[in-house]
Amino acid sequence: MAKEFLEGNLAMAEASVRAGVEAYFGYPITPQTEILEWMSSRMPELGRTFLQAESEVAAVNMVYGAACTGTRVMSSSSSPGVSLMMEGLSYIAGTEVPCVLIDVVRGGPGLGNIAPSQGDYNQLVHGGGHGDYHNIVLAPASVQEAIDLTVLAFDLAEKYRTIAMVMADGCVGQMMEPAEMPEMRPIRRFGQEWATTGALNREAHKLSSIFIDPTYEELYNIRILNKWMEITQKEVRYKEYYLDDAEFAVIGFGTAGRIALTAVRAARAKGIKVGLFRPISVSPYPYDVVDELAKRVKGILVVEMNTGQMLDDVRLAAKGRVPIEFYGRPGGMLPNPDDLLGEIQHLVKNGNTLDGDPRLRWLQRINDGSIILS
Amino acid sequence: MDTPVKTEVQTVYIRPTSFTSTPTHYCPGCTHGVAHRLVAEVIDEMGIREQTIGVAPVGCSVFAYNYYDFDFVEAAHGRAPAMATGIKRVLPDQFVFTYQGDGDLASIGMAEIMHAAGRGENISVIFINNAIYGMTGGQMAPTTLPGMKTTSSPNGRDVEQTGFPLRMAEVLAKMDGSGYIVRRSLHDPKNIRLAKKAIRIAFEVQRHGLGFSMVELLSTCPTNWGQTPTDALHFVEEHMIPAFPLGDYKVASAVADLKF
Repeated sequence: MAKEFLEGNLAMAEASVRAGVEAYFGYPITPQTEILEWMSSRMPELGRTFLQAESEVAAVNMVYGAACTGTRVMSSSSSPGVSLMMEGLSYIAGTEVPCVLIDVVRGGPGLGNIAPSQGDYNQLVHGGGHGDYHNIVLAPASVQEAIDLTVLAFDLAEKYRTIAMVMADGCVGQMMEPAEMPEMRPIRRFGQEWATTGALNREAHKLSSIFIDPTYEELYNIRILNKWMEITQKEVRYKEYYLDDAEFAVIGFGTAGRIALTAVRAARAKGIKVGLFRPISVSPYPYDVVDELAKRVKGILVVEMNTGQMLDDVRLAAKGRVPIEFYGRPGGMLPNPDDLLGEIQHLVKNGNTLDGDPRLRWLQRINDGSIILS
Repeated sequence: MDTPVKTEVQTVYIRPTSFTSTPTHYCPGCTHGVAHRLVAEVIDEMGIREQTIGVAPVGCSVFAYNYYDFDFVEAAHGRAPAMATGIKRVLPDQFVFTYQGDGDLASIGMAEIMHAAGRGENISVIFINNAIYGMTGGQMAPTTLPGMKTTSSPNGRDVEQTGFPLRMAEVLAKMDGSGYIVRRSLHDPKNIRLAKKAIRIAFEVQRHGLGFSMVELLSTCPTNWGQTPTDALHFVEEHMIPAFPLGDYKVASAVADLKF
């Protein structure tokens, strides 16, 4: 199909439709409300289910109910709304039913603001809800990637009977750029052998997250961890830029990664051998690739739109073998390429310690005025 | 004079087909078992076992799904109406009901039940009101009577401090989306028969797409009330019914015309 000029939120909504989503339940919250609005007209037009719930709490539980019937189902929200969904997501994970959630992340904590942020990284990647479970989390850096990853999220959710999330920041959700939509897929209705659709000519199906006997709950935890380990082997996705001969690496995902690419190009123009590593699946995180990267570069700069949430995963992967520096813009602010170029130069010049905490060094440079937050 | 001897064995009482053979975990004298059975009998009589999806709550009836031999899901605390909505919206021809206690429906799940009724969600709700939290060991519920002792109102519910019992049938009857809202009691055989009839009507309301239906059932909790099963039944009659009057709170005109 031809490229169109598309807004990220509308693109993710229509991509979900074309991926065959049969039901959408959601609640308005900026900066993702366009998804809900698009679905409110598009889904009924196609004879599919749309319902504006009374809250994100209700929305995620409507998703849970529909997911139990084997229906392709989704919701979308933004950070405070996703916090409210955490209870339901834990239940969904505990029942092993598939669903897709788009989180267009905004500034926090609390009510925060409606500007782009990556502050939900820990909430999405490292849990959020109670108990032991993992979500697939895909982080787009462009409208095209938002479309492609949304479609992929539905396939992965059903393949693994798991929660698949698209973690877009408000920038990806709100910006417009040329992108290509996929073809409309045929709807697959009720093909799931485990679903609760009415016990006609079969045994009754019971879907629950309860294992009142901890012996069985423990086995369930081990089983879904085994499944997660399979996902970590098969579903890691990332992009590399200028890394072949790189002596230094910048690591950033989503919009932060995209802005970092501009800075990397500017640094290359100045003769600095630096490349960019952009994780696309932030969960499963590309630990092995970062591990290899850490063996061959002289220093790593982690760039995020938060105070260093993915930084912990980079440090875990790098195992203290390479100097790491951090630069973040939390609370709804975006890094700018000039500042990032300065950070790359700072890494090349001063990034020589394996000790200490990169986050603390960054914070001290803010506090002593050597980093100006502009 | 010879007494005629019947040689034929007649079946007068069987386990409903919609039940599994799993023994329930309920305490002696608890009326959950009665309520469960009424729902199973209604589903059998309507011949809808293969079309029914139940939604279990959190509370004493959390394991309801083990006792029914048809499709069942288990909701988070209070969220059964939202989960049922999700199911019903994608399977509009199937029968979807929730089975909820007073803490589940009238406390933590207040938003979900109100909006399900407000939307006229075409689901049926069986609401067990026993004025106490059973599963967690007898704490004050939103339906606990004034002066009633619970483990979290040890000196009796003080309405100055903790407010008044919520009458959910009366509240939900005010919603335009409600088609059938009634309160019945399970304290004696006559009332149990009336309760069964109401459950049947609620499912018929759903069959005919006439809106949200709820049957509130006044129930016992002998264990947490600290009473014998018999005393608990008397307590329902003497104390619960005056606080929660039995009756039909909303019967939409189309529901009154139902024939089945």
